[in-house]
Amino acid sequence: MSAPGSVAAATQALLTPGRLAAVALSLLVLGVLPLILPPFDTLQVSYGLILGIAALGFNLLLGYTGLLSFGHSAFFGTGAYAAAFLVKYWGVRSMEAFIVAGVLASLLVAALIGAVCVRYTRIFFGILALALSQVLWSLALKLFWVTGGTDGLRVPTPTLLGGAFTQAFGVQTDKTAFLAYRYYYYVLAVFVLATTVMWVIVHSPFGKALQAIRDNEVRAEFVGVQVRRYRYVAFLVSGAFTGLAGVLWVPLNGLTTPEVLYWPFSGRIVFMAVLGGFRTFWGPIVGAFVYNYLEVWAVSATVYWQLVLGVILVALVLTMPTGLVGTAGQLLAWLRRSRRA
Amino acid sequence: MDTLVIHVLNSLFYASILFLIASGLTLVYGVMRIVNMAHGNLYAVGAYVAAWIVGLAAGSFPPAALFLLLLLGAGAAALAGAILEPTMLRPLYRRPEEYQLLVTFGLLLILEDLLRLVWGPYPLTASAVSDTLGSITILGATYPGYNIFVILIGAGAAAALWAFVYKTRFGVMLRATSQDMRMAAALGVNVKRVYVQAFTIGCFMAGLGGAVVMPISGAVLGMGVEALILAFVVVVIGGLGSLEGALVGAVIVGAVRTVGITYFAEVELALLYLIAAVVLFLRPAGLFGRA
Amino acid sequence: MSLLEIRNITKSFGDNRAVDDVTLTIQRGEFLGLIGSNGAGKTTLVNLISGFFPADRGALVFDGHDITRQSINERIRVGIARSFQLVNLFDQLTVLDNVALTIFSRQGKTRWLWTLADRDGAVRDEAVAVLRQFGLEAHAPVLAGSISQGERKLLDVAVAYALRPKLLFLDEPTSGVSTREKAPIMDIITAVVRAEGITAVVIEHDMDIVFRYSDRIVAMHQGAILASGSPDEIRRNEQVAMTLLGTHADPQG
Repeated sequence: MSAPGSVAAATQALLTPGRLAAVALSLLVLGVLPLILPPFDTLQVSYGLILGIAALGFNLLLGYTGLLSFGHSAFFGTGAYAAAFLVKYWGVRSMEAFIVAGVLASLLVAALIGAVCVRYTRIFFGILALALSQVLWSLALKLFWVTGGTDGLRVPTPTLLGGAFTQAFGVQTDKTAFLAYRYYYYVLAVFVLATTVMWVIVHSPFGKALQAIRDNEVRAEFVGVQVRRYRYVAFLVSGAFTGLAGVLWVPLNGLTTPEVLYWPFSGRIVFMAVLGGFRTFWGPIVGAFVYNYLEVWAVSATVYWQLVLGVILVALVLTMPTGLVGTAGQLLAWLRRSRRA
Repeated sequence: MDTLVIHVLNSLFYASILFLIASGLTLVYGVMRIVNMAHGNLYAVGAYVAAWIVGLAAGSFPPAALFLLLLLGAGAAALAGAILEPTMLRPLYRRPEEYQLLVTFGLLLILEDLLRLVWGPYPLTASAVSDTLGSITILGATYPGYNIFVILIGAGAAAALWAFVYKTRFGVMLRATSQDMRMAAALGVNVKRVYVQAFTIGCFMAGLGGAVVMPISGAVLGMGVEALILAFVVVVIGGLGSLEGALVGAVIVGAVRTVGITYFAEVELALLYLIAAVVLFLRPAGLFGRA
Repeated sequence: MSLLEIRNITKSFGDNRAVDDVTLTIQRGEFLGLIGSNGAGKTTLVNLISGFFPADRGALVFDGHDITRQSINERIRVGIARSFQLVNLFDQLTVLDNVALTIFSRQGKTRWLWTLADRDGAVRDEAVAVLRQFGLEAHAPVLAGSISQGERKLLDVAVAYALRPKLLFLDEPTSGVSTREKAPIMDIITAVVRAEGITAVVIEHDMDIVFRYSDRIVAMHQGAILASGSPDEIRRNEQVAMTLLGTHADPQG
């Protein structure tokens, strides 16, 4: 096995026919879902896609940079409130404007929070992010004349792409039709775009530098990767992604309240990534989907669903730390090995 | 003048509670290099257990004895710690630190709902305890006697902890383990025992804080995380792993909080963290932290 | 011609004077062996020169520039690199990526988030070439955490070498490796270093290795320089023999 060949083989492994087929199939399935599922279920898939983007952003920090943030509700909430402010104070209805504002606002919040957090050692990073996100939460709660306080702010259905496609899939004024069809495809398109961008980022030289920092920050510094700077940029990108998710979420929910900034929300994002497997690219997305269904079930089953979540999290960490995708991968590899033997 | 006295006393009051919580957090970090995300919830456990026991005993015991029962709240938190460390934390020492954070975060979620499960969603109170001490007049200001009691507890705990860490044989082992765990183990220190004992002490301090503040603010859901982010500001300002830092940080945060609550009520938390951010910029290791 | 001038460098940790007023000149192109018992200050000296922490006093002049106050990154950019005594690799990255990342960093490409790393043929080819020089090319697609200890030691050096430094510090490149593997590892390292004209400073405890490969040897003791000279001179040096070997010097050299 000559070296260039093995290296080339390693590269092709990223985009094998098998993988491309899997991606194409998934897109196909996701594409036809609204046509076969009842609207409620389509909405659940939308939530799954949106949370998937949030978890994807979060995992750039955890899985690829080795930084565990318990404060990502700050970005999700910033995205949501940015859209809500645009509606309340400037009467804007364009989804694209929401997205631009939400992402910019999240970048600003990430720039401020990150400047403080990356100065600290890795182990305190997460709790510092938690604390700063709660500062934001307390502001949203207390400055009620700006943010609507506990009542929150309403966000009516936005216009997508300036009003194009309004005739597709039924009457324009039917909110359910809007959410289950036009908005679903919009979210799906943004999801595909976001996932592609993140995929490129983690496979870029920058992504390799982040992983080096995760594995060995001292050595990373000694090969010329200025650790603090790279962590900061990773934090900005991560915040932008999770903020984008917040923007996409709010028209679906119709309303944003301080709940979305409250720390248990950050905990959900962490849980999703760990459930799916934070050492893989697809893990957090799978985790987001599974979590969404889990939460719907748990909330209807018991009022102590946070307890259920906590128990599952502890069990995961102690017994199945690589999560669903990671464990599935390990099982596959073990099967392959035993079949060869 | 008497407003000033009240502000000073309030600052010391907050500082005492904050020191009790933060000292536990910083001790556990200093010795074990672990950040216990559920630390605030052990403070809540202390409050809830104390409230519950006092509630049960209120009729039959004289008010003076109720004070001693508060200690049981701290004891419950310590017991929880003694159980949790070997079962949930010890399996993860060899693994990357993310796992410890994740487990203690899971514990946070569990304890939050466990408290609700056992004691319901409504606050528990025991104002009978704080009422017994009435009011005292100091320098022309009237101030609750119970708050003075809390300040004394805080000061006493600080002194006791300091003596324990610097004057006892166990304290020597504690400090040795925190400076160099492998060397301490090589020299015959039972590191496993030091760890569980340090963790238990940390939880005891948090529980004591909760038990002692409970007669005034009650045992409320969500008090755990609130305490955690306040204790964390203290540790950031004072410095990781430093008990002196926890004391100084507690006083600073107590003072800022008193002023903040009086004049900038909505943004008091933001103000606190702004100060923490400034400290971090000037001295990333905190005032007393080692770099 | 001098490459690095170390002038009166001092570093204390509390009461412990780890490096005590060390003055030393490292000549361009030489292969310098740095010896001394544990705690003599060798690694601390390397840490000071590579920028891990600042010196309390003294100056460092590299290639005519004063680098005393420079950061780790700046020192790498002027051409100083180091390997580590306890292997310091990116275990979750492949052997190839460990080197490739270093090359990306050297070329300033780690700023790029919009291109695929594996598509950069030039970097990949250079990484493979480096691995080949160190005999590691067969392990290219394997995770760095899963190769043998000897291979990891070589990879540690290869990563530092991939920075194409002018001055390379090797901290005990053969420690923790079985005796019969030591010489082959040193052969590979010296071959690479000499072929590229890199100035090298090697910290070593194995006296056979040091005497065999070094052009010059510097002996340290308790933070200060005890002696400096050719291997023969050091072998005959009574002080060095007493403090480091616990025996009398060999009068025949």
